[in-house]
Amino acid sequence: MDTTVATIDRTVFHLEEEHGHAEGGSTMLGFWIYLMSDCLIFAVLFATYGVLGGNYAAGPAPKDLFELPLVALNTAMLLFSSITYGFAMLAMQEGRRAATQAWLAVTGLFGLAFLGIELYEFAHLIHIGATPQRSAFLSSFFTLVGTHGLHVTFGIVWLVTLMVQVARHGLIPANRRRLMCLSMFWHFLDVIWIGVFTFVYLMGMLR
Amino acid sequence: MRRLRTLALLPLLALLGACNFVVMAPSGDVAAQQRDLIIVSTVLMLLIIIPVMVLTVFFAWRYRQSNKAARYDPDWHHSTQLELVIWAAPLLIIIALGAITWTGTHLLDPYRPIGRVAAGRPLPEEVRPLDVNVVALDWKWLFIYPEYGIATVNELAAPVDRPIHFRITSSAVMNSFYIPALAGQIYAMPGMETRLNAVINHAGDYEGFSANYSGAGFSGMRFTFRGLNAAGFEAWVDRARATDAMLDRPAYLALARPSQNEPARRWGRIDPDLYGAILNMCAEPGRMCMNEMMAIDARGGLGRAGIHAVLPALDAAGARVGAVFGPGPGFVPSICSVEEAAAAAIAARSRTSLAPAPTTAPVRGAGLPRPSFTPAAPATTWLGGSRRPSDS
Amino acid sequence: MSDHPATQSLLFGRLTLDALPLHEPILVATFAVVALGGIALLALLTRYRLWGYLWTEWFTSVDHKRIGIMYMVLGLVMLLRGFADAIMMRLQQAMAFGGSEGYLNAHHYDQIFTAHGVIMIFFVAMPLVTGLMNYVVPLQIGARDVSFPFLNNFSFWMTAGGAAVVMMSLFVGEFARTGWLAYPPLSGIAYSPDPGVDYYIWALQVAGVGTLLSGVNLVCTIVKMRAPGMAMMKMPIFTWTALCTNVLIVAAFPVLTAVLALLSLDRYLGTNFFTNDFGGNPMMYVNLIWIWGHPEVYILILPAFGIFSEVASTFSGKRLFGYSSMVYATVVITILSYLVWLHHFFTMGSGASVNSFFGITTMIISIPTGAKIFNWLFTMYRGRIRFELPMMWTVAFMLIFVIGGMTGVLLAVPPADFVLHNSLFLVAHFHNVIIGGVLFGLFAGLNYWFPKAFGFRLDPFWGKMSFWFWVLGFFFAFMPLYVLGLMGVTRRLRVFDDPSLQIWFVIAGFGAVLILLGIVAMLVQIFVSIRRREALRDPTGDPWDGRTLEWATASPPPAYNFAFTPVVHDGDAWWDMKRRGYQRPTEGFRPIHMPRNTGAGVVLAGLSTVLAVALVWYIWWLAALCFAGLIATAIIHSFNYHRDFHIPVDEVVAAEDARTRLLAARS
Repeated sequence: MDTTVATIDRTVFHLEEEHGHAEGGSTMLGFWIYLMSDCLIFAVLFATYGVLGGNYAAGPAPKDLFELPLVALNTAMLLFSSITYGFAMLAMQEGRRAATQAWLAVTGLFGLAFLGIELYEFAHLIHIGATPQRSAFLSSFFTLVGTHGLHVTFGIVWLVTLMVQVARHGLIPANRRRLMCLSMFWHFLDVIWIGVFTFVYLMGMLR
Repeated sequence: MRRLRTLALLPLLALLGACNFVVMAPSGDVAAQQRDLIIVSTVLMLLIIIPVMVLTVFFAWRYRQSNKAARYDPDWHHSTQLELVIWAAPLLIIIALGAITWTGTHLLDPYRPIGRVAAGRPLPEEVRPLDVNVVALDWKWLFIYPEYGIATVNELAAPVDRPIHFRITSSAVMNSFYIPALAGQIYAMPGMETRLNAVINHAGDYEGFSANYSGAGFSGMRFTFRGLNAAGFEAWVDRARATDAMLDRPAYLALARPSQNEPARRWGRIDPDLYGAILNMCAEPGRMCMNEMMAIDARGGLGRAGIHAVLPALDAAGARVGAVFGPGPGFVPSICSVEEAAAAAIAARSRTSLAPAPTTAPVRGAGLPRPSFTPAAPATTWLGGSRRPSDS
Repeated sequence: MSDHPATQSLLFGRLTLDALPLHEPILVATFAVVALGGIALLALLTRYRLWGYLWTEWFTSVDHKRIGIMYMVLGLVMLLRGFADAIMMRLQQAMAFGGSEGYLNAHHYDQIFTAHGVIMIFFVAMPLVTGLMNYVVPLQIGARDVSFPFLNNFSFWMTAGGAAVVMMSLFVGEFARTGWLAYPPLSGIAYSPDPGVDYYIWALQVAGVGTLLSGVNLVCTIVKMRAPGMAMMKMPIFTWTALCTNVLIVAAFPVLTAVLALLSLDRYLGTNFFTNDFGGNPMMYVNLIWIWGHPEVYILILPAFGIFSEVASTFSGKRLFGYSSMVYATVVITILSYLVWLHHFFTMGSGASVNSFFGITTMIISIPTGAKIFNWLFTMYRGRIRFELPMMWTVAFMLIFVIGGMTGVLLAVPPADFVLHNSLFLVAHFHNVIIGGVLFGLFAGLNYWFPKAFGFRLDPFWGKMSFWFWVLGFFFAFMPLYVLGLMGVTRRLRVFDDPSLQIWFVIAGFGAVLILLGIVAMLVQIFVSIRRREALRDPTGDPWDGRTLEWATASPPPAYNFAFTPVVHDGDAWWDMKRRGYQRPTEGFRPIHMPRNTGAGVVLAGLSTVLAVALVWYIWWLAALCFAGLIATAIIHSFNYHRDFHIPVDEVVAAEDARTRLLAARS
């Protein structure tokens, strides 16, 4: 902005041309700011886990409950989904609609697999009695991991919506912008998951 | 208008003289030092506040639109020297105030043992502080004197010039223990212990109360604090001892039920473990004490076998209503004695069938082997003044 | 399921006829008045066929100016409710002496002080602040709208939905009896099983979403949509404070959302975050809520500082003294506001070092704040001060706020806080800064920008009446509370023993009556101004000889704000333009690209509000339905690709020509 100003005459007080802020010009910034605020929600949940994570109420501890191979598989699903989303974006840049849709579908499947494994884990824990109510540790564990899972669920709903929209309108700028936003969202969830995997699961097993 | 305002303030000033400014004229050394700090800080700040207020009025008057004599300089908007001054002046005051704050906060830390009886009067070597354990109940105060084996409700007494060491907890919700004439307040929180050291310098009856809203009976949660001379205090203790009543766990549980505007009461005998049990939230029979639970947790919990070691809460407990999707109020049973827990389990099962009843014996709290850890240290070391991580 | 005592039906959850306070004469009378007033209003709207107009021009509007005005109306309406609570408390406390129970039992009184705090912060101060920022910021930066106009409309309706939930608690069920921050364990299900705390949680969650999104929106707007030439250090100071405030909103409100979500999990699922048992830790709630709560204070006060800066500079006819130090002070306050939260609970037993750290960081905030006060002072110095209403509020602020600042620093000294915490001294302090700072700032802003929004000034006589009643009322209502605090009287008490205290409460009650007159005078002021609008009209669009861009356009501004995007050369852009012989362009107009109105925001917020009520009353089928409806509406809305249109050039020409004629007729 400043560079343009330097060239502007000091006596010019308005632009003759319609000053089009390109439509959606702030969308990426806006979405990024939203993600940072979402990140703070996770920060609170991590902090809560950090404070309460050792309060087992004479119940089970992480090492009694977590199955690392399962979680590793789960993590792999989410990481793969991020990679395939990256491929979808590459295809989008090249304007290849079918390839974009295909990679989006693969991403969605990986996401569903991730959710499936997580739901299995939760169901198993609840089945053996390690419910969110059993101890503050389990409350904070279920809430942190569950909130991430809810985000992934919304991500998948959004992804399906976008696939329908791309199918209908093609890779128009509005849809590209939306795909970019979902891309940020999806990678953001990936980063959060890496934090969950490290702080909750790995360090939980070491504790 | 302005003149009217000053006139209106005059009768108020007269009123001020007639009032009991307990915070400004306390009777305990700690509160007196806190009062001094208030005065010093206020004077320090007035150094800058008063000039600002005077300048505001002066500039507003001098540069009013109708005063054409005043200089008008519409483009004057910067002066490095002046800006240095306006940042430096508050900075200097805050540096002074910060230094006072740092030392004052450490010297007047409620956890710090009393070092002097009053200004210029060091504490005699042989004087040991009076221990008082304070419990905030819904909605009254319980005071336990472990040294004398007595307890009172809504009445507290202490000898003049002898330091008092309060250990403070709460049975249900947060409160704040505050006797303005004696010393500043400190929160009373369930399952946690806070401390307060103070000394009273003048005999007399003072007001104490909860300074943190705690529910319907909050307004009536007041007690009398009596500063007594040594003989008077002995007599007071004797009177309490003469009361035949015994404050044991059943009596405490009956007392802990919510009630409002309780009159003062005394107990001549107490269960010496009662305060520890209240602090560790195991005054009810069969509950695992928090210090024990924390010791178990520090060793990694009780594993999967401990999952079902939960019993539905008994009626008279503080817990009343469960969450709509939760399993209802419950508690972790004590594993100190197998018989106790088994009895509690049977009793609980007969009371309610709503909570999932444990199915097999080995996974029940009652059947668990006692984990191998060193005998639980006194409750207070575990809760070490409630300085949990979230505090800092 | 649990052994919940309340009977629950499938259809109505735990909502029964008992929830209606039919046995409370005060509430029944209030309800009758509200209902009659509401019916009369609805009838009038129908009679004059205004529904269509309101719906198309206001409710569904994405115009930041209209949304800003709706925020202001919401804030002023809620001010009446919050003040009704206040005067009821003052009356109770003035009466309940010498064995008298007063006229309110604990059940009512405890709800009233909780509702007063919640409403005044969330539904009065926040909407008024957000409303002013919404209205003014795009105009000040020479933009046509905010970055996300639809989101703006949605944010407003979410805030209004939260307010509706709070208002509903007055007549159906009850509000929380916990104090405005609802500390657990008291606010947990074990000690507050009634729907009051649930009303609290869901009202704040619904409104919180709105606040957060409007924060994102305004940050983006300020960063991305400034007129060419407006570098960051040429932004008007109100825009700077708005930027910092919205950064604070974005960085603080998620914490509130998260902590309230955890509390609701405790209450609905029986988790153990803040419970006494099973390893829960109530102290964590206190920490987390204040990590939001302290920045919230600065969210409110920073825009007020911005307003005072604009007003001081405009009415002194002088450039703001120390613009850059003002900006740096604002930024420093923004950052520091995150490092002080623990000063709200020094008495929790943290160590002396922790307490002194937070005490000293708190004091450090007073340095930039002090610098700001000096900057306003030296803006007046060598000025030509016109004592119009906004300037009067500003001078009153400068005199009153420094007292509040001083008592605030006093409370930041931990040992002093031990004797003053939770006392009426504290209550007096924060009313001193919130009324003397935030509210006076908002009133200054209201009087300052009202002519911009409506094309005529507010009546000065009634404005002055309101000003003096407020200022005097403030002193009478809150100075006694300082005194009472030094007498060791704590807050939230319902009855008192010591008869010598009563006179002070009576004086405070008198002060509240004066403030009531101030509010009445303000309503009269608005009413009289509308009646006398022709006499008060300002055809120029620049009634105060303003300095910033919002005064460059017509009053009220056209939907597109500026026919041509302005180019900025100076911090006081409009002042600079006037001085260097700017000529308003009268030809060469072009069609203008604008966002289109949409009803999606109303629908989404309406569904959220019903969802909140359903959750409060455990009406699960309705909650599920609303939730599904929310998702469906959001998805359907995302299929709408036609969100903008062009204002045809004829319309622009017509509007601009009308203004040309108006200006010509005047000269």
